[in-house]
Parts: sequence; C-alpha cells; structure tokens
Amino acid sequence: MTRFDLAIIGAGPAGMSAAVTARDAGLSVIVVDEQPAPGGQIWRAIGRNAGARPGNLAILGEDYASGAKLAARFEASGAQFWPSASVWHVDSPDDGDKSLTVAWDGVTRQFTARALLIATGAMERPVPVPGWTLPGVMTVGAAQTLLKSSGLYPEPSLLLAGSGPLLLLFAAQCVAAGIKIAALLETTPPGAYLRGLPHLPKAMLGWRTLLKGHRLKRQLGVSGIPVYRAVTDLAAKGAERLERVRFRSAGMPVELEAAHLLLHEGVVPNPQLTRLLRCEHHWDAAQRCFRPDLSDRGETSVDNVFVAGDGGGIGGAMAAVHSGRIAALEIAERCGAVNRPSGDVEIVKARDALRAELAVRPLLDAMFPPPDWIARLDGDVTVCRCEEVSAAAIRNAAALGAPGPNQAKAFLRAGMGPCQGRMCGLTVTEILADARGESPERIGYYRIRPPIKPVTLGELAALDGSD
Amino acid sequence: MLRRLPEQKGRKVRFLFEGEQVSALEGDSVAAALMAAGAGTTRTTPKSGAPRAPYCMMGVCFECLVEIDGVPNRQSCLVEVRDGMRVRRQQGAPGLPGEADDDPV
Repeated sequence: MTRFDLAIIGAGPAGMSAAVTARDAGLSVIVVDEQPAPGGQIWRAIGRNAGARPGNLAILGEDYASGAKLAARFEASGAQFWPSASVWHVDSPDDGDKSLTVAWDGVTRQFTARALLIATGAMERPVPVPGWTLPGVMTVGAAQTLLKSSGLYPEPSLLLAGSGPLLLLFAAQCVAAGIKIAALLETTPPGAYLRGLPHLPKAMLGWRTLLKGHRLKRQLGVSGIPVYRAVTDLAAKGAERLERVRFRSAGMPVELEAAHLLLHEGVVPNPQLTRLLRCEHHWDAAQRCFRPDLSDRGETSVDNVFVAGDGGGIGGAMAAVHSGRIAALEIAERCGAVNRPSGDVEIVKARDALRAELAVRPLLDAMFPPPDWIARLDGDVTVCRCEEVSAAAIRNAAALGAPGPNQAKAFLRAGMGPCQGRMCGLTVTEILADARGESPERIGYYRIRPPIKPVTLGELAALDGSD
Repeated sequence: MLRRLPEQKGRKVRFLFEGEQVSALEGDSVAAALMAAGAGTTRTTPKSGAPRAPYCMMGVCFECLVEIDGVPNRQSCLVEVRDGMRVRRQQGAPGLPGEADDDPV
C-alpha cells in the first residue's frame, strides 16, 4: 500500500495552500477532492474561467480571480492529485498511520499517510422553511456554483432570501452579469450596524474586508433591486414546483409569484469527516454550529489529524490559506522536514496573518446573526429531507424520551437517508435542545459511520490496495 | 429554468435524458445540464413520491440523485456530463443496477 507523509482531503484554499507548503518542505503529499478541478467552492472552476472564459472573471470579481495564482502553484507543486474522488472511510488507529479508502475512477483504492489534513470546508446552513424541498428552491451557493462552473443562472422571477455576506456578494455578481433579481428578501434582523458597532475597533485590522462589504452594499443600493427588510415567516408554495413565496416584511404579509427562490443563512463547517474520526467538538454559540476542538497549529483531539480552513470554523478563503500553511508547517516539522527556528518563524508569520483575517468575524457574526428560529421549529415543516421527517416528529421523539439525535434517528430514521444527516443534523440538535431545555453542546450530534459517501458494489468489488 | 450567459466557450455535449436527446457544454455537471434543459423534477422521494431537484450543487444534500448509464444513486452535481450518457430520473427507492429498462437509443 502506498504511504505518504501527508494526505489532504479537499483542494480548496486550505488544502492547496497546505499542499504547496508541504511540498516546499519536501514531504510526499496526496490530495483528493470530490470536484473535477482544484479550487474548492470559493474558487470553483477557476482554471476554466481564467482560461477559456475570461469574461466571467469580471462578473465574479477580484477575490474570485485571485484564486488562479494559488491553483497554478498547487498544480505545479508535485503533490499527487486525485480529482472527482470520494473518500468514504478514514481509519485512524491509535498508534500509527491513517488509512484512507477512496473511490476514484471506478475503483476503490486505499493508501496510508503519517498525517491527515481535513480541508473539506464549509457548507451552507440548511434553511428548513415550509416548501424548501420544492423544485425551484435551492441555496444561494448552488446558484453561485452554476454561475461559476457553467455560466448558468435562474430565470425568470428570481428571489433571493436570507442574510449574510455570500447573499450580498451573489446579488452583486448578478448585477454585474445583468441577471435580473425580482426581489431581495433580507432576513437580517434590523439594527445590523448598531449590533456591529461595538466590534468595529477590533475589526479594523480587517479593513480590507470592511471596505469590500461597504462597496457591495453601495453597488446593491444603486442597482434598483426591490428589497424587503426584516423578513420573517418565509414559506415556499407550489404543487410540483415553486409557484409563490409568502413572508412578512416588518410584520406586513407579502406574497410574490416566483419560479426561483435562493436561500442563504450563512455557512457552517462540514462536520462529516471530523465526526467520523470521533474528534472532539464544541458548540460555537456565536455561529450556532459545532466546530472541532483545534490546537493553535490546527490539530484535532486525534493525534496527527489536522483541520484547516472553514471546516474548523468559518473564517473565509484567506484565513483558510493561512491555516492550511500553519498545519502543513507543523506537519513538516513532525516529519523532520523543517529546521526548527525557520519553521517557527514561518508559523508565527502565518499566525499573525490569520489573526488579521479573523479580526472581522465577530463584527460579521453580530451584523448577520445566525437564525434563532430554527431551534423553535414545530409543525409539519420538513427537517430531514431524505426521510421526510417533520419538526413536530422530532419534538415528539423528545417528548417520548429521546435524549439526543442518535435516539431520534432510531425512532424516526431522521439522518438515515442518503445525505446521512448533512441536511438535518444541526436542525435536529437545535430542536432537541429547545424541546429538552438543554444546551446544543449537551444534546450533541449524529454519530457518523462509514461509508460516508455512497459506494457502488462495482467499486467495492474492484478494491485495489496496491495503488 | 436556467439560462446561460453569453460567451461561455466549450464543446457541445449530447446526452439522453429519459430517452430524449439533450445538449450541454463540456464541463457542465449532469445536474446543471438537467436544470438547463428544463428537467424540473430530477427525482421523487422513496417515502411519499414528492418531487425534488438539486438543492446544494456541492455534494452534500443528495437531492440530485439520478440514474446514469444504468447505475442509480449517482450524485449528478459531482459528475461531468459526457457524450452519449443515458440519464434517468430516480423514481422513489432505487432498484439494483441493471434492473431498470434501458433507454431505447
């Protein structure tokens, strides 16, 4: 079985930065990613757009275009790269190498590595409003992916609903591309700037981000897109697909016809791999999500398993680049590949840069607080999309004595469908915490088991341990 | 319905959706190509038969599951469309590979 110094899962900003750093230090590195090309979600299809479709760079903006440089360095780094590969199991014995089981190119392959870096990033927080399962409803991130990867956009009658920087960025990209947005439904509670004010002095370290945010708001302000503010009670309506969207704006009921509704309530760490490896996690009350416990070098509670980027807590692309570098420098040192003094100097530099990037986060968390209504959900709104389990059923399970998500799963099959709880895990934790009057930390999360991606019998049968 | 911005360079790819010929651009995911072709519903749920379509486009929601070349449960947002692919909606619980009738080509 092939052995590497470092295996990296995810070729976004954190994974690519770590790969480049580790290769510079002389480590053997393999990187696997589900997507067909490097870049992660933030720099998705950066190679194609920088090459054959340069017009898209102007639409997507300079933060997107800036990814081309790191992607090129990554491709030249000499790290082995498996795109379109699904990691479906990782084994981390107490004393020894990590072993990864990956479906790639129709064959299941296994290899080992001394250290593992999980750089699987973030996913959008699921937004369980009535009707969110209807065709025609998807996430803002999904629409942005369609734009980046294929130059595709939804038409006609496109509504954007939610809160947060990504929503505003995508709206600005639509304006730049001439894509018509019928209305923007802001769920951000009123008083965002007042809430942000106390955090402003510390956030000034991240003045570039603040300036960008200010420019975004100004661009949208002059765009003429109708904006509904203080939106609550959002619901998508339709029979076979989305037809109408109902909501309240500052308390007043509104109904709009719509063919497309894009939802966004911020992003949260993708928990699947750190949960599979039984890493310790804690509840982040400001971002209303779990995040893995990490050392100042990015190591989890499991020896030689590291997390870099948004998978360890939301910090954005540049923070991911720095945290990937920090983890790779630490791993290189453990492999004996870096001279102590120079390695430490590099880590201190990267840590300073990371701190500057993260300075703006408390301000953003205060301005765009994660939704608190999810914890209070009840009734027939779908929580688990795969097994079609309602909020009322989750509450009922709590009343019947289910102390946590794993018992609710056994009662209801919530979290047992193909997505394995990715779409309902956080919601189930929040509802159970509310119903039982306990903290989400105490309630906990689903126990994640392999395989974490669907594997065909053919891929299983074609197990190739020699590769 | 999805529309495409002007000046999206790329080779045209032809594939079959429910036996009908559909075209896309090289580099499109199957999920993107289906939505661009106006597929609407791309699967129905095993429990109630409710209509679904791609939701996250990044491999986490599993709503875009379809049958590709006779293999069910494929995440169509993670698969690039190729010439001659045969794609079908996934109706309810998937059967075993090879169980479904082949498209009349």
